Amino acid sequence: MRWFRDAGHLGRVALLLLLGVGLFVVARHFAVPRGFGQYGHYRGPVLKEIRAHPVSYAGREVCEGCHSDVAEKLAGGRHKTVGCESCHGAQAAHANSDDPGAHKPPLPNALALCARCHQQNHSKPKNFPQVDAMEHSGGEKCTSCHNPHQPKPGA
Amino acid sequence: MQSLIHGVQGFMYPNEVELQWSVLIVLYPFITGLVAGAFILASLERVFKVQAVKPTYRLALLTALAFLLVAPLPLQLHLGHPERSFEMYLTPHTSSAMAMFGFVYLWYLLVVLLLEIWLDYRADIVRLASSTRGWRRWVYRALTLGSSNVSERALRIDERAGYIITLIGIPSAFLLHGYVGFIFGSVKANPWWSTPMMPIVFLFSAMVSGIAVVMLLYMALVKLRGVRIDVPCVDTIAKYLFYTFLIDFSLEMVDLLHRIYEADESFKTLDFMVQTRLYASQVVLQILLGTCLPLALLAVTQIFRLREGARIALYWIAGSLTLIGIFAMRWNVVIGGQLFSKSFLGYTTYKLDFITREGLVPAILLTLLPFAILWVLVKLLPPWLADEVKA
Amino acid sequence: MSLTRRELIEKATKFILLTPAAAAALEALDSGSIDTMPDKYKQAEHWWAMTIDVEKCIGCGACVQACAKENQVPDGHYRTWVERYVIDGYGDEQPEVDSPDGGMHGFPDKNRPGAKTFFVPKLCNHCATSPCVQVCPVGATFESPDGVVLVDESYCLGCRYCVQACPYGCRYIHPEKQTVDKCTLCYHRITKGLTTACCEVCPTQARVLADLKNPNDPVHEFLRNNAVQVLKPHMATHSKVYYRNLDGAVR
Repeated sequence: MRWFRDAGHLGRVALLLLLGVGLFVVARHFAVPRGFGQYGHYRGPVLKEIRAHPVSYAGREVCEGCHSDVAEKLAGGRHKTVGCESCHGAQAAHANSDDPGAHKPPLPNALALCARCHQQNHSKPKNFPQVDAMEHSGGEKCTSCHNPHQPKPGA
Repeated sequence: MQSLIHGVQGFMYPNEVELQWSVLIVLYPFITGLVAGAFILASLERVFKVQAVKPTYRLALLTALAFLLVAPLPLQLHLGHPERSFEMYLTPHTSSAMAMFGFVYLWYLLVVLLLEIWLDYRADIVRLASSTRGWRRWVYRALTLGSSNVSERALRIDERAGYIITLIGIPSAFLLHGYVGFIFGSVKANPWWSTPMMPIVFLFSAMVSGIAVVMLLYMALVKLRGVRIDVPCVDTIAKYLFYTFLIDFSLEMVDLLHRIYEADESFKTLDFMVQTRLYASQVVLQILLGTCLPLALLAVTQIFRLREGARIALYWIAGSLTLIGIFAMRWNVVIGGQLFSKSFLGYTTYKLDFITREGLVPAILLTLLPFAILWVLVKLLPPWLADEVKA
Repeated sequence: MSLTRRELIEKATKFILLTPAAAAALEALDSGSIDTMPDKYKQAEHWWAMTIDVEKCIGCGACVQACAKENQVPDGHYRTWVERYVIDGYGDEQPEVDSPDGGMHGFPDKNRPGAKTFFVPKLCNHCATSPCVQVCPVGATFESPDGVVLVDESYCLGCRYCVQACPYGCRYIHPEKQTVDKCTLCYHRITKGLTTACCEVCPTQARVLADLKNPNDPVHEFLRNNAVQVLKPHMATHSKVYYRNLDGAVR
């Protein structure tokens, strides 16, 4: 009995610690964000938040919906792997608009655009068509001879 | 090959150019190491009954507490979102080495350090609660937790409880700092960090730095208060410093030899880094000035019979160099680990800012803060023994 | 084609516009399971990956530009980038690597007779055993049920441990948000049936999004018929970006 009396102050410390732990457990219960642990150790609703990010590139299929004539031409030529927005830029705003004409994509700067892929570079794959633009055309616009949608001249 | 953009030499992955962990993350293991080291020195007296170091027992505990209170601050200041740090307690990710820090820290602060200090000071607190006036009286009264039982039996119980807590405290101190080492040692992507030796090396270097800082603080406080220095006490501490430092040095050399001999894919890159960008801080500051020199000086005090004054002068120099060396070691681990590319093809540069959030000024302030806290603690809970003699 | 042009565009527009709207509306509702969402996407039916054919990459940087545009990637940081390797030999020489602006504007020619040289596109490897996810102290970065490594930017502390843990240098701290940022594999696109922005614009189809759980995905044939490799296989991260024709010198 006397031991208990003389160790009473230790009891007070223990009580204080327990109180702290209890407070922590209660506070934690209320503070953990909703949906945490739904799928794993993270906030479940975040998946939807990330999916809500807006789309800038509409995707080839959407373009082909309206521009099937160009798409058909493209599919028959050597640029068939090149997506529309590769050259024309992000067009979701154009495709989603009620008035697509108002968001008309600007015509790409052909020389710079063609050079981006076809300017000669020793690190490019050997079988990839590449030229020294000046040597090849002497500064003449690429589109004078090549139709970008069907690049083989005379095709 | 030597293209120099943003201090980059060779090739870094584009996102690697910017360093992620700054001087504040250097401070974190440095300060935590002082805590663990100081506590282990205190436990020498309590558990291993080394009576000679008794004059530093309480000082070591208060030092540990002062540094422990500051330890999370550099981390907090470094976070992109400090206001979210409580999430570590809400949803700790059990697979993350870092997640447990909050719990290890609280355990060490609340269960080990505060409790041990409280039990040891309880009789003094009860006495001071009735002998002081004004606001101090209220502080002491609060610290008694409403119990003024200082009967012989109660104090015997305290002594016993304190002993048990120290027993728990030693592995806890090992855990605290071994764990800090693990945070770095477990990053498999970084060959400069990734080694199972890291926790062990961190632990021993922590002991070295903690012992050195308590030794220096004791000598400084003795001078400031104009009392006679307890020479056998500092002699003993210096002896322990020497031995722990020898073990620490050997471990680091084993690690180094292992790396040189294995010479894995990262070796050439890391070797070049040590020879160039890390030369001043690693070879000169850490190894030569911060390890070899203090070890040699301490060896002199152990081997030759020097006069008291000469010995103490050497302890001063060796202790200070030790702290510089251990700080350099933390620097080389944290900063060095980010200077090379994980492609092993290039190096970047760390630019230490001056007054920004992670700059030099906050780092210096954070280094001084524990001393300010210690000053308050020493005023509040004087650690001096009753049988001191005026110089 | 069985659908008329008008029908198709209506369908496609709905697909793009309505799904985020539906997602946003659902956001307001009590957080139910994603599987109860009235959209067609079922996480359990997908396991996302990517294939990269080094031999097809021409280093044009269209992927880097498209990624930056689609995801508002801050300047000087890269969710995807292209590296150029120039290898003089396989003895003691280090390969010479560069990636000016992440390759966003292409590469000036470098003619070194006798050297082997090629481009390597890089992005988050969406590892199945991600070291970055392992070290996140709070669960702010995670592997989604469909195999994409994502970041919860409203929960990230900005401690940067994950940046240290990624062996591939794919993560960075967003300078404004002060949270970690990385490739999401265009999660907002692939869950709507679109491909990623980088794959959408890749002119040579060097990079192709793949769904390993879809039995009809050409990825299975690709993996079966080619020698493929992942980056730093010794890291055992179970990377899901599979490279064809990857040189051993690439790190």
